[in-house]
Amino acid sequence: MPPAGPWNPRVLAVVPAFNEEESVGRTVEELISVNPGVDVLVVDDGSGDRTAAVARRAGATVCQLPYNLGVGGAMRAGYRYALRHGYDVAVQVDADGQHDPTYLKALVDELDAADIVVGARFAGKGDYRARGPRRWAMRLLAFTLTRLAHHRMTDVTSGFRAANRRAIAVFADHYPAEYLGDTVESLVIAIRSGCTVRQVPVSMRIRAGGRASQTPAKAALYLVRAVVALGLALVRSYPSTMENLGEEDL
Amino acid sequence: MRANYFLGLIGALITLTLLFELMRRRRLREKYAVFWVVVAIATLVIAVFPETLTAAADLVGVQVPANLLFFGASMLLLGVSIHQSYELGRLEERTRTLAEEVGLLRLEVETHHTVAHPGHPALADDA
Repeated sequence: MPPAGPWNPRVLAVVPAFNEEESVGRTVEELISVNPGVDVLVVDDGSGDRTAAVARRAGATVCQLPYNLGVGGAMRAGYRYALRHGYDVAVQVDADGQHDPTYLKALVDELDAADIVVGARFAGKGDYRARGPRRWAMRLLAFTLTRLAHHRMTDVTSGFRAANRRAIAVFADHYPAEYLGDTVESLVIAIRSGCTVRQVPVSMRIRAGGRASQTPAKAALYLVRAVVALGLALVRSYPSTMENLGEEDL
Repeated sequence: MRANYFLGLIGALITLTLLFELMRRRRLREKYAVFWVVVAIATLVIAVFPETLTAAADLVGVQVPANLLFFGASMLLLGVSIHQSYELGRLEERTRTLAEEVGLLRLEVETHHTVAHPGHPALADDA
């Protein structure tokens, strides 16, 4: 919880990046120029290109993972870094430039009222649209998370989110690497660990890379996977790491 | 009947020899070997005394004893597969944790290295 008076938190922007040498440099430079005083940690998720070097030159601290772990692995490393270096706030920002860094302050300010703040795409600003099964999936996720969070959530798959110390501590331990785990399940974990979640409206930019591969089959598959991931997230026992399951018993 | 006898016998003996050799070379851990030794010995018993299988089939009401054997064997293999998936998942979770820690440690080392030897090119820009 923030102390009384002007809150001047130490903020770390965590940028998971996998083969993003084209866009990561500009993302980092923009983050730093728009938000002076914010440290930027780029987690290079086993990239084969010059992502790490580009990010370093742009002024970021770079953590290089030995091989590709997915967003979940990169982010857990980021939250662990934030925890160990005593940051008050960790903000996840995508490397592809779709998250507008001018909204970072809005997310951090909203932490007055919650432990986690998600930058949501549909909440009034911007013009992000989805159709068909993908839209149903998103509505189902939004409906369920709204119930859990007791706060209207419209875009739970957004990767633009801020976490305070309490949420950082949770995520440093439990940040799933599985499909949709880094977005949906991590929110469920946070809520079930007693964190409060809110959202603020943000507008997204077109991805710098621009890969909009949306076939109906893919959208349907997305729906199925979302239902499975959400269902599992709701019934899993936490801590969810497989470490704590019983010893082999065959 | 003689074919069953010899096939079962040979299969079980080959399995036991292989297990012994793998354990002797430290390629197989005892906790996994125990299970397969039990399976091999059970095969041996059924090969040498086929009436145990017939009796078991009568007991549970299976008309053709071989069907009981097939059913038992496939359930056993299914169980082993599931167990291995479980073990694999655990290992993946552990290697994931290790990879994250390696990344963070590498960052710490690089940071201290740059502070101690500014401008040293060794670790700074190798990506």
